[in-house]
Amino acid sequence: MNFSNLLNNTLTDLPPSGIRKLFDIAATMDDVISLGIGEPDFPTPWHVRNVAINTLEKSRTKYTANAGMIELRQEISRYLQRRFNLSYKADKQILVTVGGSEAIDLTMRAFIKPGDEVIVPLPSFVCYGPLAAMCGAKVVNINMRAEDNFKLTPELLKNAITDKTKLLVLPFPNNPTGSIMEKSDLEAIADVLRGTDILVLSDEIYSELNYTSTRHISIAEIPDMKERTILVNGFSKTYSMTGWRLGYVCAEPEVITQLTKLHQYAIMCAPTTSQFAAIEAIKNGDEDVRLMREEYNYRRKFIVNGFNKLGLTCFEPLGAFYCFPCIKSTGMTSEEFCNKLLTQEKVAIVPGGAFGESGEGYVRVSYAYSIDHIKKALDAIARFLNN
Amino acid sequence: MNKILELLEKNSTLTVADIAVMLDKSEEEISAAIEQFKKDGIILGSKMLVNWQKTTREYVTAFIELKVTPQFGKGFDQIAERFYQYEQVKTVYLMSGAYDIALIIEGKTLNEVALFVAEQLSPMDTVISTATHFVLKKYKQDGVLFEQPQGDERLVMMV
Repeated sequence: MNFSNLLNNTLTDLPPSGIRKLFDIAATMDDVISLGIGEPDFPTPWHVRNVAINTLEKSRTKYTANAGMIELRQEISRYLQRRFNLSYKADKQILVTVGGSEAIDLTMRAFIKPGDEVIVPLPSFVCYGPLAAMCGAKVVNINMRAEDNFKLTPELLKNAITDKTKLLVLPFPNNPTGSIMEKSDLEAIADVLRGTDILVLSDEIYSELNYTSTRHISIAEIPDMKERTILVNGFSKTYSMTGWRLGYVCAEPEVITQLTKLHQYAIMCAPTTSQFAAIEAIKNGDEDVRLMREEYNYRRKFIVNGFNKLGLTCFEPLGAFYCFPCIKSTGMTSEEFCNKLLTQEKVAIVPGGAFGESGEGYVRVSYAYSIDHIKKALDAIARFLNN
Repeated sequence: MNKILELLEKNSTLTVADIAVMLDKSEEEISAAIEQFKKDGIILGSKMLVNWQKTTREYVTAFIELKVTPQFGKGFDQIAERFYQYEQVKTVYLMSGAYDIALIIEGKTLNEVALFVAEQLSPMDTVISTATHFVLKKYKQDGVLFEQPQGDERLVMMV
């Protein structure tokens, strides 16, 4: 069969992941010191795993309600109120999904018609553009700038908006830069959006990893913004539960009804064992989250200081678990830098260009690693720079 | 300042400069605090945790439960002091419950430890009875796993 004729060309035309080549090389090498992984290094807290084991022992492995167990949605509702001052009704405004990724996909599919424009600020996580493109969207990228600490500014947003703009993706705290949007930043964005029908897909998966003296602020908390916001969050980063594949989406009841319909046809329901575990995590996991955040914060200060000392300057990332040092002083492109660093010193990091054009000249470094591991990697990078 | 202790308790190889960066303090402040902790007997020392099970060294660990008669006016402290003089005795705790004193003893062989209990501890006037338990395998000590169940299993993914 000639699959190239059969496959959807929108899909086949999507570019492959920008770092595959690099990590294929890394996979063939021994003793690679990776700072490349965007996944917490902590085990899922034992009390959470234990609850999952208990439910398996009791054979509680049937389908749940399509939108997710009501107990879980109630806990999510309480959590959002308690932590972020957001009020979403458990039975009408919350849908439990297979990771935040499914929530992003559902949102695109629910809203995007061919020709609609979707604004994606870059650098950011790689899924938004491709998922929007699969729905026939025209993806409008905004290149966020180092001089703005990689925040989305109202000017950049205004320039990207046309009468076809349907949805703005707001990926903060940001992967790969670690930048966050503070309240005043969001208010400025809200000023641009007020009076338009532009939706906001706010991916707040790193919301608990905020290292300011205050807490994470959601755009849904800014006056007049909640109705247009589709809020995506999940358990992966917050509770170190990546493999459990559990996320959720919150929005107006009318939206959640449609998302749930799509989810019901495509997925049925999120994994039952994961939902039981998630109830335990969200009910009794605040202290785990606090301890992990504290540990990440130590590492963050350590690694940022390390890169600045090496002359690879790094703005202070206030969220997620990445820093985004500038490597322009080496005269290399970010891909060259990462390739050479890997072959010469066996350190694996991700070229910033993989997250969008404006990431070029930077590299993404994850600090979801122990201090000793980070030290070893920094020493190797120092040797690399000296040669 | 308890944060310094928490960090060092987990990883005593951290330098003053490391800790200063992690806690947003000056190196002078950190090193003064550590000196004070040492002076006050809060920081008592630092050593490596060694898994001797993976070496060829002959080595046994035993827990000894002791029932003792406390001495009038001196309670248990004087008895404990007698126990901790011995080089072989690595740990001494006063316990609540079915026995009074717990010792952790290290020696080269089972026989050596058994003889130490029989010849040194049991004959003491204050010791009423002893029960010796040998450690067969260490799984976890001071929060550290002795057999790492797995390495870093995270896949390199574009996330």
